[in-house]
Amino acid sequence: MMRRLLLALAFVMAALPVRADQPLLADLTGHLIAITTGFTGTSVVLFGATDGPGDIVAIVRGPERDSVVWRKRHLAGMWINGPNVTFANVPSYYAVFSNRKLDDIVPPPAQALSQIGIANLRIDPRDPRTKQDDTTTFRAALIAEQMRAHLFAEYPGSVAFLGDRLFRATLNFPANVPTGNYLVEVLLIRSGKVVSGQTTPLVIAETGVGADVSEFASNNAALYGFAAILGAALLGWLASLPFRNV
Amino acid sequence: MGILDIYLPIAGVSLDVMALLVLGAAVGVLSGVFGVGGGFLLTPLLIFIGVPPAVAVASSANQLVGASVSGAIAHWRRGNIDFLMGALMLVGGFAGSALGVWLFAILRRIGQVELFISLAYALLLTTLGALMLVESTRSLLRRRRAAARRKLHQHTWLHGLPLKLRFRRSKLYTSALLPVILGFLVGILSAVLGVGGGFVMVPAMIYLLRMPTVVVPGTSLFQIIFVTASVTLLQAVENNTVDVVLAMVLLIGGVLGAQIGTRWGAKLRGEELRALLALIVLAVAAKLVFDLTARPDNLFSLGALE
Repeated sequence: MMRRLLLALAFVMAALPVRADQPLLADLTGHLIAITTGFTGTSVVLFGATDGPGDIVAIVRGPERDSVVWRKRHLAGMWINGPNVTFANVPSYYAVFSNRKLDDIVPPPAQALSQIGIANLRIDPRDPRTKQDDTTTFRAALIAEQMRAHLFAEYPGSVAFLGDRLFRATLNFPANVPTGNYLVEVLLIRSGKVVSGQTTPLVIAETGVGADVSEFASNNAALYGFAAILGAALLGWLASLPFRNV
Repeated sequence: MGILDIYLPIAGVSLDVMALLVLGAAVGVLSGVFGVGGGFLLTPLLIFIGVPPAVAVASSANQLVGASVSGAIAHWRRGNIDFLMGALMLVGGFAGSALGVWLFAILRRIGQVELFISLAYALLLTTLGALMLVESTRSLLRRRRAAARRKLHQHTWLHGLPLKLRFRRSKLYTSALLPVILGFLVGILSAVLGVGGGFVMVPAMIYLLRMPTVVVPGTSLFQIIFVTASVTLLQAVENNTVDVVLAMVLLIGGVLGAQIGTRWGAKLRGEELRALLALIVLAVAAKLVFDLTARPDNLFSLGALE
């Protein structure tokens, strides 16, 4: 792993003088994360080079989807799902990696402007008539839940510089990471301004038995159901064999 | 997180494979000892360890197909299955399970499926546990006294229903409507709760249908195979919630546990056993009630839309 990384870094360095017009170059050690049966989370190394000192911010975004947030209310002694707000196009994963605290790199107003950081994510209700109060509380709850599940995260100090030109960061993905097409956006920032940016795709997909099973289950539900029944019946029958004479 | 985590593709979570095997085996031991399917304990326990409730229900049903095949074969070898009775229960069972799966889909859409499952289980297990506790304590107290001889046939209005049929294996002449209705009710239970329904079916067959005790478990298991199979298929198609990986791991643990349980069961005394099971059932019910009524740490929860 380390050797491959160094090799890759060497390539980047070799490439640098050739493309002197490009202030930022970055890539991942892999563009496919395979979720297999034994998947418990994984990491990918982001590496790259800049044409001089500056700050690096890497934003990883998962596929967007609509999310419902339920709020429980107390009814007849029980806590029951009550009011809810559906948010449109919520990134299923959002993580910001940076070499130091985000606020030290970009002043908060500029963060909002260029939508950097969890607080500046655009998350709007699908129904435009949703009350402002509700939007605020439910959005906060959505963010809190996603952070609790490590699906929204900020990792200041996770980008390390080697000298003032080469950088690397380990992007960690938890076991519950959603599958789909991800984008890794790497920004080079100097005195609070984005000087250069580069976007790299990353695919997180189920592979092996797990993928086959869930694909089969959604594409061919009836056949899958029959297979599940047959499998269980067969296993049950096999289990009764050794005890035939009991 | 354990060392041997296994990714469950439909549940979308990784769980320790050893924990699942032990859980399957523990429920298997229980079912071997007590002669119940154990679905009513398996589903809530799966929910406790982090399987989404909808997946827990559907996968338990799938697991039960295998467990009941294994059990039914043993009874069939001894000739203890009333196939006609079982088939009639099935007719009702299929209809009931279809209705149940449909109800389940509606509850899922309005976001109340978790509440419903917890509430239904809390009710069911409390009632069941209390009844079993009362019954076993009573028979423990009564054991010394000579058992009063019961009449061989007690006739109630239930036996006056039309469409009478002769059930040779059960030595009964009774209405075909009874097993159909019973099957229908248990079919609904099976679909929404992921249980075989043996714990309802068995007493009903003994006390309502008045079937001879020897054919009851076999006939119950026989019809549970098909009802749980129908629930598995319908859940797979309608709700996409059957996790085969989960079901198979549980089944492997379960069949091993059941064999151990059957042996222990033969050595242990009935009343004490039933009192013990009653206490286990009540403990699970208490945990469910606590989870429902205690103020949650977090009032908000997320659900994804496709």
